[in-house]
Amino acid sequence: MILESIWFFLWGLLWAVYFMTDGFDLGIGSLLPFLGKSEADRRVMVNAMGPLWDGNQVWLLSAGGVTFAAFPRLYAVMFSSLYTALMLILFALILRGVAFEFRGKVQSPAWRRLWDACIFVGSAAPALLFGVAFANIFQGIPIDQKGIFQGNLFTLLNPYGIVGGVLFVMLFLVHGALWLAIKSEGALRERAAATAGRLWPIEVGVAVVFLGLGIFTTRLYDNYLAHPLLFAVILLTVAALFGIRVFLAKGALFTAWVSSAVTIVGATFYGVIGLFPNMFPSSLDAAYSLTAHNSASSQLTLTIMLIVVAIFVPIVLAYQAWAYRLFNAPVRTEDLIY
Amino acid sequence: MDALMLSRLQFTATTIFHFLFVPLTLGLSVLVAIMETRYARTGDEIDLKMTRFWGKLFLINFAVGVVTGITLEFQFGTNWSAYSAYVGDIFGSLLAIEATAAFFLESTLIGVWVFGWNRLSRKAHATVMWLVAGASNLSAIWILTANGWMQHPVGFAVRNGRAELTDFAAVVFNPFSLLQIFHVIPAAFLLTAFFIMGISAYHLLKRQNVEFFTRSFRLALVVGAVATVVVTIEGDLHAKHVTKTQPAKLAAMEALWDTTAKAPVYLMAVPDEANERNSVEIGAIPGLLSFLGHGDFDAKVKGLKEFPREERPPVVATFLSFRIMIALGMYFAAMVAIGLFLRNRLLESTWYLKLMLVSIPLPYLAITMGWVLAEIGRQPWIVYGLMRTADGVSPIDGVQVALSLAAFILVYALLGGVGYYLIGKAAVLGPDALVPPSGAARRPGLQRSAA
Repeated sequence: MILESIWFFLWGLLWAVYFMTDGFDLGIGSLLPFLGKSEADRRVMVNAMGPLWDGNQVWLLSAGGVTFAAFPRLYAVMFSSLYTALMLILFALILRGVAFEFRGKVQSPAWRRLWDACIFVGSAAPALLFGVAFANIFQGIPIDQKGIFQGNLFTLLNPYGIVGGVLFVMLFLVHGALWLAIKSEGALRERAAATAGRLWPIEVGVAVVFLGLGIFTTRLYDNYLAHPLLFAVILLTVAALFGIRVFLAKGALFTAWVSSAVTIVGATFYGVIGLFPNMFPSSLDAAYSLTAHNSASSQLTLTIMLIVVAIFVPIVLAYQAWAYRLFNAPVRTEDLIY
Repeated sequence: MDALMLSRLQFTATTIFHFLFVPLTLGLSVLVAIMETRYARTGDEIDLKMTRFWGKLFLINFAVGVVTGITLEFQFGTNWSAYSAYVGDIFGSLLAIEATAAFFLESTLIGVWVFGWNRLSRKAHATVMWLVAGASNLSAIWILTANGWMQHPVGFAVRNGRAELTDFAAVVFNPFSLLQIFHVIPAAFLLTAFFIMGISAYHLLKRQNVEFFTRSFRLALVVGAVATVVVTIEGDLHAKHVTKTQPAKLAAMEALWDTTAKAPVYLMAVPDEANERNSVEIGAIPGLLSFLGHGDFDAKVKGLKEFPREERPPVVATFLSFRIMIALGMYFAAMVAIGLFLRNRLLESTWYLKLMLVSIPLPYLAITMGWVLAEIGRQPWIVYGLMRTADGVSPIDGVQVALSLAAFILVYALLGGVGYYLIGKAAVLGPDALVPPSGAARRPGLQRSAA
């Protein structure tokens, strides 16, 4: 029982770290057509993500892999139920990934426009779809007792799901604009910081609507009401959200970005804590819901995987932190590789 | 529409496509690391150019390999959910370990390598490439361990309506997986060797950058020679192991219908599955199959008729893929042997260089045939003897699988086309195109910004 609960929160943590890291890539990619006024600007934007996006993306594979290893039934039901949404995310990420490598390989503006369009779609679509998917998980998915999904892609596009999608887009846009401001200089830096400032009130507005709607469409707050101390997580998240504005006004870009990172992790945990022990609640009947307990792997597998994660995740964090430090300065001409 | 057949087609298409890019990543990462280490030691300009030139081809190939790999991890859940729920306890762990222990390192450090030329010392930069190469190969080892478990499941018990792990060490040291590892990884190096030798042959035929490409060719030749020997020895052990663990696959590989002592190998045959016989049999070598399977010319080998029809793999595909793989393997060994003989007069041996140039695609074909044999030969099982492929599929509507399959074919055709176009273009342009016109030529990272 304890192992399953530990794994539940590790599962949430891996998704949260994915959103926190690749979130700024998805954000910058989504801003590409709007902030990238010239080819020079667009190259800075792409190369601001250049050294890090690939490593960031592995958090998604890790989250997926851990879902498979620790909660096989959840992996099976979640991935097959969300088939079309996941395929769309997959194609988007495929296009984004090759676009980085391909865009600079042929000397032609049309060629670069093509791959920049792929980066835009490949970033905006996953941002939106991850939000839609997770909001739907928060409120429950129509699965029957065999875990068979009774709906289609449009079932997921309900008001709460859509607000969740928009919220993720806003979180990532602000996150991306802040990272871009850190990684650029001059006019682009000012535009990026100003964009983060302008998007921030919208981010707050959407967050308020999302938290409010959640009262009516989800049962997330049950856990919070049962253990009121948990509201601290929501308060911390809100504080971090306001921190973005405060630090941005002071010109402390890196601290503002860290606040945004905390906001994203907090937003993910807001849902994860509310769900516990559910992982994929059924909207048809609570008895059909997948929980940390009824979808977990054997104790032996959970133990072995816990050892693996306890050894390797700190190592991963260490070398990723090293890579982030190596590339935390504004993009220089010699960094314009993609 | 039939979700099972469509899912199988989708898995076949996406996996074969992914594995067109994986072997070159495995081999070229190590070769580029060797080249860069030489440069770090000696500071020789040609070694630096080699690192940059082959590194550039490596990176284009790597990008397509990485993105198409995501598909595979998603696909077990989307299309094979019954399989995933049944074996996730074991199979899922191996994929998760692959991501955490290997793929993270590979993906994080590839960014450092590409962007780190001016931020790291020569030695540190070369070390990063070694870590990328090590992590890529480690990643392949974990994936092959997972596939080996599907071929020969060990270390589990069926409990709670699923396969649960009982012995992790047995899974990690599964002999079937170890054999696959010692087959697939050397095969990847063989493919890489032919890739380098083929491109080098093109330039040597044109008398361009002769020293650069002679050096590249010879390095690849050594790698190819070692890889050929390992693949061949392993292939023999592998056949003996398959005889024990997957007798139906072995019988189908050789189109052997009746259990026989002194079982022959046919050079060619046309299996007739409906009538359980071969309509044509050419060039029987008596006793050879008994010898290859059991190390004894008189040993009895199980024929296909020992297995109920519904437990036999498709014979024609299994038989042919094996024949093609073996024939190509012999061709590679011959070409490598000739290359060793001609190594000091490559430039004059134009016929050989021309053959090597057109041979570039052949190891790709051989490796694909190897996977066709391994996977089709395992049918009707998704996990040999434990779960049938038909029982592993997701309870989903065939229409959405048809749509995703169509999208994969379209997107992958475009990606493959663009990817190979870019690799081909960079390969033909050669190392001179890397040098930017400005005075910044010494800094290797810049070649790509000039593009």
